Amino acid sequence: MSSHAQVHVAMGGRLMTRPFIVLLAIAGVGAVMAAVRFFYGIGAVSNLSNGYPWGVWIAIDVVVGTAIGCGGYAVGILVYILNRGQYHPLVRPAVLTSLLGYGLAVIAVIIDLGRFWSLWKVPVYVWRWSHSPQLEVALCVAAYTLVLMIELSPALFEKLRTGTSTRLRRLAQTGLTLVEKNFVWILALGLLLPTMHQSSLGTMMLLPGPRMHPLWLTPWLPLLFVVNCILIGYAVVVLEATFSAAAFGRPRETTMLASLSRIAGWVAVGWAVFRIGEAALAGKLGYLNSGYGIAFMAEVLLPLAAAAILLSERRHQTVWQVRGAILLFLGAALHRVDAYLVAFRPGSAFSYFPAVPELLITFGIIAAEVAIYIAVVKTFPILEGPAPAKKTL
Amino acid sequence: MASSRRNDADGALAGRHGLDRRDFIRVCTMAAVAVGLPASVGVKWAEAAAKGLKPSVIWLHFQECTGCTESLLRTSHPALAQLILDLVSLDYCETLFAAAGYQAEDALKSAMAANAGKYICVVEGAIPTKDNGIYCKIGGKTAIDMLNEVAEKAGAIIAIGSCASFGGIPAADPNPTGATGAPMILAGKTVVTIPGCPANPYNFLGTALQFVTFGTLPALDEKGRPRFAYGRVIHEDCPRRPHFDAGRFVQQFGDQGHRDGWCLYKMGCKGPVTHANCSLQPFCEVPGAWPIGIGHPCVGCTEQAVAFRIPLHTTVEIENPTPPAGYPPIKAPQGGVSAAAAGLAGLVGGALVGGGWVAAKKVDGGGEKAGAKPDKGA
Repeated sequence: MSSHAQVHVAMGGRLMTRPFIVLLAIAGVGAVMAAVRFFYGIGAVSNLSNGYPWGVWIAIDVVVGTAIGCGGYAVGILVYILNRGQYHPLVRPAVLTSLLGYGLAVIAVIIDLGRFWSLWKVPVYVWRWSHSPQLEVALCVAAYTLVLMIELSPALFEKLRTGTSTRLRRLAQTGLTLVEKNFVWILALGLLLPTMHQSSLGTMMLLPGPRMHPLWLTPWLPLLFVVNCILIGYAVVVLEATFSAAAFGRPRETTMLASLSRIAGWVAVGWAVFRIGEAALAGKLGYLNSGYGIAFMAEVLLPLAAAAILLSERRHQTVWQVRGAILLFLGAALHRVDAYLVAFRPGSAFSYFPAVPELLITFGIIAAEVAIYIAVVKTFPILEGPAPAKKTL
Repeated sequence: MASSRRNDADGALAGRHGLDRRDFIRVCTMAAVAVGLPASVGVKWAEAAAKGLKPSVIWLHFQECTGCTESLLRTSHPALAQLILDLVSLDYCETLFAAAGYQAEDALKSAMAANAGKYICVVEGAIPTKDNGIYCKIGGKTAIDMLNEVAEKAGAIIAIGSCASFGGIPAADPNPTGATGAPMILAGKTVVTIPGCPANPYNFLGTALQFVTFGTLPALDEKGRPRFAYGRVIHEDCPRRPHFDAGRFVQQFGDQGHRDGWCLYKMGCKGPVTHANCSLQPFCEVPGAWPIGIGHPCVGCTEQAVAFRIPLHTTVEIENPTPPAGYPPIKAPQGGVSAAAAGLAGLVGGALVGGGWVAAKKVDGGGEKAGAKPDKGA
């Protein structure tokens, strides 16, 4: 039995607080719009066209959404591969965020798919599209969602273990033992799968070829996407740890987050140097003198600004940790939106800006993500508490 | 057990040529899929070949460059040529025969006698008809006589390449020898044509193997071309099609559009009128090894009325000059940024980022109420 299992506690407290109700309302509006989409078609709610088959649902809900879900991946690399065990308290909430990010990305994909009723064919007729990077992403995301559920299942088992039914208690104990015994394999998968599909998200945007703006059409795009998801992962972990600590009145992890910030800062510097260096070596700096150049510089300068904060002494203050994380998140997420929407030029006949209902669905998905997070940490032992109310085995 | 027997049979086959079973099954399944049959049929072919149920093939060469035979033999897959020869029993072929003279003629006669009504007659090259066909003679016989004689007792007749299908280059103006294709000589008989200059080996292999295994021929169009390979025009499945629909055309060889892989229509591409599967079934398994793949307009080699008739850089009529209704018009009214959407996006994005920025200060003290929402998303 791992020792850390005993310090995770459910936050408890009233569920239906005002922010929670607001979140539910936003998610509800999104759900209504999604229903309209399923009854009247994608055209009824979105500005998507044959030129821009992917809009905000893919660029934000799936591509940025799964990156938000990479908190578990980014911290997992630190804790389990670089053996920095001190970050362990951040793992379980990060994995929860990951599961929500990925689960809702799957829902976004179903909303976005023109013929969603054929989705079941993807894993069944694998050989038909075995050459497709989209298949890799689809299977990998599905597998990773499953792995995340298993990674998170100890929280469920620990909750059930304290229940009243003896049989359920025994079942929970068996499940917990099983998962903990095989945890190393689950972890290995949990670290391997994101590396695979996050890089494939980059690969996908190599496929449009000359339809991509040269600043984003680089063979390094798959690597950029992996590094990018680590940046977003760190930013999300900092934001989530700080805001949930504030919201639930828990002790701060400021020191831990400060040292994590330092790592994130250096990764951001590496990102910026690589991005500029690659463009310079490929002789593409001439493109900076355009609107695309502004987008490119923003995704370089925002992480650099974040690095300036996170590598200075200010990183020991919560306020600057959060601000640095916001800048980091913005810059890194911008790269994803740039690669999937801005840099993609299907021809002068097409243009795209999301429609209002389309945006409402995106906001609904994000609100649902936050609402479920709040509900789960209140009900299940996810966060590390001051002290467990009752010592469980 | 059936499976072990198959292993043994294939093993014996493999031993002869140093091929492994996987290569053998692979080429069979590729040919099967090319014909639109399930991959499992390929395994059946492999079994049939291993059991020695190989069809007799009599391969006639007339007015041609032998490019179709060459492409069949010089495929990228080193074992493919040998595999083809394993799947069929090539009883007469002037290009590949060791025999010569009367010996070769004897082989032709004995093969025709032994497999009468069952053998496949493959014709490669055009048949000259002017002056009683004296412009192509083998063993003292004219091409017309040879073809008529061999086709008479054939189980199936396949014309491979554009020359055998409709005359090809030998029949180009002014056509001094009166060259024409096999279907024109054998009027009234079913002649499967596999046009192409040269023809894609897989289209031939798939047709021949279907006849071997099931005794049937694939569905043909009015020109005798198998529908599985020639059912659609190049334009429909062209990898450069989006450029056509978006109006991005190469104007001159070597211009920026040419370098960026734009549509070659204005350079005289015959893709819109040419029925072939070049873009779907890579030639000799090399992806991109076809005219459009290397930046040259399609020459329309599978069409009697196009190749060697219409000049290379003359543009062709397009059936549907405007994009299908599913596409926006060239000047699309769509795509305006609605003020509400822009406002909403800006408001929410700004509120999240700004709120987070300000809330950072609020959470700094620690231990206060749940004022700030977790900032995730932006």
